[in-house]
Amino acid sequence: MIALLMRDIRLAFRAGGGFGLALAFFLIVVVLVPFAVGAQSALLAKVASGVLWIGALLACLLSLDRIFALDYEDGSLDLLATAPLPLEGLTAIKALAHWLTTGLPLVLVTPVFAVMLNLPAEGFLPLAVSLLLGTPALSTIGAFGAALTVGVRRGGLLLGLLVLPLYVPTLIFGAEMARRGLEGQDYTTPALLVAGISCGTIALLPFAAAAVLRANLR
Amino acid sequence: MSVSVHDLSIARGGIPLLEGVHFDVPAGQALILRGPNGIGKTTLLRTISGLQPVRSGRIELAPDSVTYAGHSDGVKNTLTVAENLQFWADIYGHKGITSALESVKLKTLADRPAGMLSAGQKRRLGLSRLLVTGRSLWLLDEPTVSLDASSIAMFSNVLEDHLQRGGSAVIASHVEIALDALKELDLMPFRASLDTSTFLEDGEV
Repeated sequence: MIALLMRDIRLAFRAGGGFGLALAFFLIVVVLVPFAVGAQSALLAKVASGVLWIGALLACLLSLDRIFALDYEDGSLDLLATAPLPLEGLTAIKALAHWLTTGLPLVLVTPVFAVMLNLPAEGFLPLAVSLLLGTPALSTIGAFGAALTVGVRRGGLLLGLLVLPLYVPTLIFGAEMARRGLEGQDYTTPALLVAGISCGTIALLPFAAAAVLRANLR
Repeated sequence: MSVSVHDLSIARGGIPLLEGVHFDVPAGQALILRGPNGIGKTTLLRTISGLQPVRSGRIELAPDSVTYAGHSDGVKNTLTVAENLQFWADIYGHKGITSALESVKLKTLADRPAGMLSAGQKRRLGLSRLLVTGRSLWLLDEPTVSLDASSIAMFSNVLEDHLQRGGSAVIASHVEIALDALKELDLMPFRASLDTSTFLEDGEV
């Protein structure tokens, strides 16, 4: 399991591995939004946490099809499926590797990007924590979607259509947590809900992803 | 008995391919599957490896004894030769990759990115994975594709060593492989009859 995790992380950091892709996309969103909103720093500060959440969500989505498709194309997936690894563990590790190379870097750069969107300092922590709690769900749901579309030609569009509706609860509660934090309100409830979604998806979706992967490899 | 197949029927995408297949491959022996393209050699190997479901019949083999090598080698172009092989060694809990690299004559290329290898060298790297799995039954699908004559001879030596250590192999190949402990099975007599009832049974009509 550790070997698989280390290999996937190594692959993500190598040339063409897609590590910088999500961050670059996130940066583009953050740079372009102020141009679109105009010179209204108060409005920008108000929408900043929501924009950052949408940016992070779409940045995650961008790299989802790489979770299984590359292994499927080069034959690794067949070899891994016949290796002494439970397929459920494999899908969980793949989701973890995706989070470590996409979700976690997004969380870490969020305070910097928040400054660019004029987010007040008191909003930094709740926003970062909401992303820290919510991005594992994005990676796990994404791994399930990637397993569903593995082997499908041009499955990226289908993957987006499948996964985006499943992302909505995480987005709603994550953005709500960040908003409440910014306004100085108690954000325990949305924080617990986001954490619950992440825990629920981590507990259940690797099994579902393994089942559909097994069917798709036939 | 390393692998024993009894009255096996297999299908691909709901279409029956082979029916009533039966063979035994004892330890120390290899079986070459012969037959025209599309008859079901790959599907048969994938079924034995557990990737495809059995339609009917029975496969007897020891648990955790199988390793499968398909058409694609599972080689990652951005990893070096050594990193590619070390990954599989770690997955199978095998210590050391040097002897495996020497067996397929890739030791001098250990630090080269796999993307810079030729197709034949990549194939050899893919085959070296078999040596670090520690599995006794090798299921090989066209293992000699892209290999030149000397590499085919090298592969034969690797396979012979495996058989002499008590291993066994089922190989789908159109190429002659020079080995003493080798049997051939023509799959043509097992070709499935595509009658309507079979299609109805599989829900295809």
